[in-house]
Amino acid sequence: MSNQAVIPDPIVAGLARGWKVIDGAREDKDRALDADVVIVGSGAGGGVTAEILALSGLSVIVVEEGALKSSRDFKMREADAYPTLYQESAARKTRDKGINILQGRTVGGSTTVNWTSSFRTPSTTLAFWQQHFGLATYGEAELAPWFALMEARLHIADWAGAPNENNDLLRRGAQKLGIPTGLIRRNVNGCWNLGYCGMGCPTNAKQSMLVTTIPSALDHGATLVTRARAERLVLKGDKVESLDCILLDAGGLHATGRRLRLRARHYVLAGGAINTPALLLRSNAPNPGGRLGKRTFLHPTLVSAALFAQRVDGYAGAPQTVYSDHFLHTQAIDGPLGFKLETPPLHPVLLATTMQGFGPEHAEMMRHFPHLQGMLALLRDGFHPESQGGAVGLNGDGSPVLDYPLNDPVWDGARRALLTMAEIQFAAGASGVQVAHERAPRYASWNEAKAGIAALPFERHLTRVVSAHVMGGCAMGGTDGVTAPDGRYRGLANVSVHDGSLFPTSIGANPQLSIYGITARLASDLAQSLTGRPAARPV
Amino acid sequence: METTRRTFLKAGLLSAALLAAGGGWYRHTHPAPPRGFVLDGEARAALDAIVAAVLSGALPDAPADRARAIAATTARVHQTILGLPLTAQQEVQDLFGLLALGPARRLLTGIPDGWAAAKEADVAAFLQDWRVHRLSLLRTAYAALHDLVLGAWYSEPAHWDAIGYPGPLKELA
Repeated sequence: MSNQAVIPDPIVAGLARGWKVIDGAREDKDRALDADVVIVGSGAGGGVTAEILALSGLSVIVVEEGALKSSRDFKMREADAYPTLYQESAARKTRDKGINILQGRTVGGSTTVNWTSSFRTPSTTLAFWQQHFGLATYGEAELAPWFALMEARLHIADWAGAPNENNDLLRRGAQKLGIPTGLIRRNVNGCWNLGYCGMGCPTNAKQSMLVTTIPSALDHGATLVTRARAERLVLKGDKVESLDCILLDAGGLHATGRRLRLRARHYVLAGGAINTPALLLRSNAPNPGGRLGKRTFLHPTLVSAALFAQRVDGYAGAPQTVYSDHFLHTQAIDGPLGFKLETPPLHPVLLATTMQGFGPEHAEMMRHFPHLQGMLALLRDGFHPESQGGAVGLNGDGSPVLDYPLNDPVWDGARRALLTMAEIQFAAGASGVQVAHERAPRYASWNEAKAGIAALPFERHLTRVVSAHVMGGCAMGGTDGVTAPDGRYRGLANVSVHDGSLFPTSIGANPQLSIYGITARLASDLAQSLTGRPAARPV
Repeated sequence: METTRRTFLKAGLLSAALLAAGGGWYRHTHPAPPRGFVLDGEARAALDAIVAAVLSGALPDAPADRARAIAATTARVHQTILGLPLTAQQEVQDLFGLLALGPARRLLTGIPDGWAAAKEADVAAFLQDWRVHRLSLLRTAYAALHDLVLGAWYSEPAHWDAIGYPGPLKELA
C-alpha cells in the first residue's frame, strides 16, 4: 500500500486544479516574468507574506531554490530526506566547521522539516529589543494579535497527546531536581504522532507553509518557481529593477545554464538569515551601517545522550513536547548565556553522526539505540556584550558561508549546559550519560559526569555544536538597523526583508512562530501600502 | 606503531604546508570535474580502509560479507558526496587527493604502504589522532569522514535490525 493511496496529497490536487508552478529544472529556455511582488524563499516568512499579498489582490511570484516535494515523497527515510529537503544535505556548516546547521531547502523551507515547536517571541526578548534597538512597536501587546492570527491560521495549540518517553524523561528528571518544565505547543492538525516531522510530514498534519499559506497563495493566482536560485538583484539608483535567477537541475546542485529574470514593483527577501544577506552581498546592495550580514545568531546547541534500562524509542512520537526555560532566567538576560532545554528526535543517521567516536565504542552505543534518550540545550546568543554571533560572507563561487567564532561566553554556557543535561538525565534514572564531545567518555554517575565535564577542554570541533535556528544579519532597528521596524531595507526603496534575518538578537525559543507573527504584520502593512486598501486577513 | 604516530604528530607545520601544497598539486593534476567528485584508484582504497575502521564492531564478521558491506558503504559514501554542494565536493576531493599521495599518506596518517595493505588498527590510530589533532584542518577532515561513513551505514535499512530500530510505519513508507 503506498502513501498516495492512504493520504490525499494537497499538492497533487492543487497542480491538477491548475496552479501556476514552474519547475526551473525543466525549463529549456531563458524566461522573464512580471508581478507586483517577487518573494525570494517559500519558508516561514515567504509563505506568510505570499498568502497575505495574494489574498489582498496583488500578483505574486515566489522563488524557491529547492524542489516542490509533498506527502507522496515523504517516506520517513533519512537517506532521502536530508539530500532532498535540507540545505547542503543537512551538512551546512559554519566557515571553520565548528557548527553544523540544519536548515530546509524545499518548498515550505525549514517549516517543511522542522519539529513543530511553536513559541511566541519571549516577552524578555521583546523588552530587550525595545530597550536596545529602538523597536518601540515590538511590545508584547502590539504583537499579541499577530501571534493569535497565525496560531489560528496554523492550528497552533496545546498538544493533546502524552509526551513520548524521550520527552517525558526530560520532564521527570527536571522535576526530581525541582526544575520547572512546560509543554510545547505544536502547529499540527490531525497529527498521527509518528515522529518523523524532520523528514517531511507524510500525513500533511504538520501545518507547514507547504500545506497552508503556499497552497492558499497559489489558489489566489500566485506563481511558484522552484529550482531557481536568486542570484542577483539588479540595482538602478535606490531601487531594484529586476531579480536574476539561475535555474538548477533536478538534483539542485548544478546550473542548467537557463536563467530567469523577474521584475516587480516590490521585492521581499525571505531566504533565511544566511541566504538573504548573501543575496544582498552578491548584489552589491547598499550596506547600512556596515552591518549587513553581521550579528547572525544560531542558538548554538549542545547535545547529551543518556542510556536507560527501559525502552525510550526516541524515533517514535511527537519529537518535541517538553521544554524548560528555567536556565534562561537564572541570570540576567545579558549576563552569562542562558539556555533552553528540549529534546531531539533520535533517528539512526542523526544520532550516529551527532554523537562522537567510531569503531567498536560507537557501534556499542548504537546497539542501545532504543534505550537512548537525547537532550538539547539551546544557548541564547546575541544578548551578552561579547556574544556578537557570526557574519555571513561569500565563497569564491558566490555561495554563502557563515563565519561564527565560538568564543568564551559560548563555551562557558556550553559547559553549564552539558553539566545541567547530565544531571537531569541521571536524575531521571540514566545508567550512563554521554555528552557530545570528542573527549568525553560515557559517565556512569552524576558525580563522575560532574568532575568529567568540569575538566573537559571546550574548544571548537572537540565540543560538538549544532544549530537548527538561523537569525539576524538584516537586523531591524528604530533608527539605524539594516532594516527599519516595518521590514523595509534601508537604502533600497522597493525591498523588504521578511524572515529570521530581521531579528536583532536570537529569539531564545524556536523561531518559527516569531517569524510567522512578525512577518504577518509586516506583510499586512506592505499590502496596504501597495494597494491603498487594508490587507486581507488569512483565515 | 607508536613511533610512526609520534612522527606524524610532530610534523604539524610541515603537515599544514603539505596539505596546502598536496591539495594544490592534486587539484592541478585532477582538475575539478565539472559534474562533481570522482573516487578512483588509491582514493577509493583509502575510503575502503577508513570505512573498515570506522565501522569496526558494526560490520559483519564473515570475510566475504564484510568485504561486500565495505564496498557497498564506500559506494553510499560516494553517492552522499555527490549530493553535497560543489564547494564541499571540492574540499572532499582535496582530502582524498592527499590521502592518495604516498608521501602525504605517510606523513599525515603514518600508514606505511598502500591503503590496500593498511592494518585496521593503524587506520583507527590515525583517525583517533586526527580527531583531537591540534591542526584544525585534520580535526575537520576526521569529522567529515565520521559523518560520511556513519551516515552511509545507518541510513541503510538493512542495518537497522542490528540496532533495534523497526524503521518507519510500513504502511506509509
